Amino acid sequence: MLQALGKYLLFMSSLFIRRESGRILFNRTIDEAILIGINSVLIVSIVSSFIGAVTCVQVAYNLNNAFIPRSTIGFMVREMTILELAPTITSIVLAGKVGSSIAGGLGTMQITEQVDALEVMGINSASYLVLPKVVAAIIVFPLLVILAMFLSILGGYLAGTLSGELTAQEYITGLREQFIPYNIAFALIKSVVFAFLISSISSFRGYYTSGGALEVGAASTAAVTNSVIAILVGDFVLANLLL
Amino acid sequence: MIEIHNIHKAFGGKKVLDGVSGVFETGKTNLLLGASGTGKSVLLKCIVGLIKPDLGSVTFDGTYFTNNKLDIRQEIRRKIGMLFQGSALFDSMTVEENVEFPLKMLTDMSKEERKERVDFCLKRVGLEGSNKKMPSELSGGMKKRVGIARAIAPKCTYLFCDEPNSGLDPQTALKIDELIKEITEEYNITTIIVTHDMNSVIEIGDKIMFLYQGKKLWEGTRDEIMDTDIKELNDFIFANRLMRDAKKVEEEEREEEEERKQGSQQLSSDEVKAVPEETADVQHDQLPENPEGPAATTQSGKDKV
Ligand SMILES: Nc1ncnc2c1ncn2[C@@H]1O[C@H](COP(=O)(O)OP(=O)(O)O)[C@@H](O)[C@H]1O
Ligand SMILES: [Mg+2]
Repeated sequence: MLQALGKYLLFMSSLFIRRESGRILFNRTIDEAILIGINSVLIVSIVSSFIGAVTCVQVAYNLNNAFIPRSTIGFMVREMTILELAPTITSIVLAGKVGSSIAGGLGTMQITEQVDALEVMGINSASYLVLPKVVAAIIVFPLLVILAMFLSILGGYLAGTLSGELTAQEYITGLREQFIPYNIAFALIKSVVFAFLISSISSFRGYYTSGGALEVGAASTAAVTNSVIAILVGDFVLANLLL
Repeated sequence: MIEIHNIHKAFGGKKVLDGVSGVFETGKTNLLLGASGTGKSVLLKCIVGLIKPDLGSVTFDGTYFTNNKLDIRQEIRRKIGMLFQGSALFDSMTVEENVEFPLKMLTDMSKEERKERVDFCLKRVGLEGSNKKMPSELSGGMKKRVGIARAIAPKCTYLFCDEPNSGLDPQTALKIDELIKEITEEYNITTIIVTHDMNSVIEIGDKIMFLYQGKKLWEGTRDEIMDTDIKELNDFIFANRLMRDAKKVEEEEREEEEERKQGSQQLSSDEVKAVPEETADVQHDQLPENPEGPAATTQSGKDKV
């Protein structure tokens, strides 16, 4: 465990020595960012809309006290999704989607000697392959989380109004209640940290694959499970530090 | 000219290379011959610097490479082209982009110059018109050709090929071997080819180094290889020849079989089918290391059925 952690830290520092020129890395980063964005936008949209809807319905079910105004439902959907569900659930979904594809891709490149082919050309393969992925994830994840926030609040709105739990007016009043802008900043900080954790852990797992197709599969699985654990631990640490 | 001196390498206590020295000459196809698992690939990777040897040194045209300063090593690496065993094409890029890649990364050629060079290299390996194909659409032989084109694109002075004809049918293998030899002579580069195939030795082996369990046991030309008295090398040649003879015997058997089939009509079709499968198995067991054997047998097996 400690050994793996040390190897991971060495791996991360190797990304920054002997880098390729800025222009090449920039182009690679744009490519990776587009790839991550396009591949994940649909799943993130679906998951976050339903998370919002379910949150709304369940809060409504629990809040049947006549003294509590119905607008509280809107308030609670907002708080829960912005602070926790949008960044964390989105990141867990992305760990599955992006993490496994990063690890699988790098693992395949490693076992088919594509990584060696880069090294023979005198290219720092770790830096060339991994750095753009990490930077791209750090750029794209917050955008996906913003989308997730918006869609989960929309999902809550649709679920709440269509099921007749509360009126549109009540929901919107709830959304506007005691709004703390810092919560959005906190969520975005979380998404950046999670982006770094997922992309770097998955790259690490994929890059150090050796063997055959079976090991690539194992690396993908390890990438996802390790990333999810890192997200949850990171979530707890950040909540303690920043809230 | 590439010189290696006393290369040692062990993986976790398991000795793979045990003091290999030698000289690889410019403008010649230098072969590293040996059975599977003798450390040929490891030696090749030590020479190009993908694996760091535990002990020993590699010199490229007089410039010390192993453990030298990074920028000197980088300078030499830019002159190295390598064809990997599985071709190692970048599978997210087209054929054209694969060949262009080292030019983009290693040279400051303009876009037009790069395009011209890519077309030239693809033409040289006989793949004009395949520019836009993806690696997954190519046959094994074509992949090797693209791999060669990518290796020679930046005008390399050293070319390394790890089992360039593994996994290919004998005819394609011969063509790839010949292509490598032609390129070597045409551009006067130093080529090292790893192989376990005696056919390659006979066809293109200018200079041969025989590796056995991590040691160099023999060195010489293809004319000398037949009259060596090294037991391990003779065994190796014999196994290769045995395989070829076995193929011949099998062919004769097949002819006999066909004659018999024509002679007696009582033979049920099941029995006829069973015979070739058996011979295929026997041959497979006897000579597991032969690259052509299984492919060749399956083919002849198919013919029979
Ligand atoms: N990275 C590695 N780690 C551990 N053992 C290795 C490694 N690479 C090669 N070996 C071992 O070295 C021996 C020689 O391998 P190799 O050079 O690939 O043989 P070949 O002559 O068939 O190319 C094998 O026994 C292999 O298991
Ligand atoms: Mg090998």
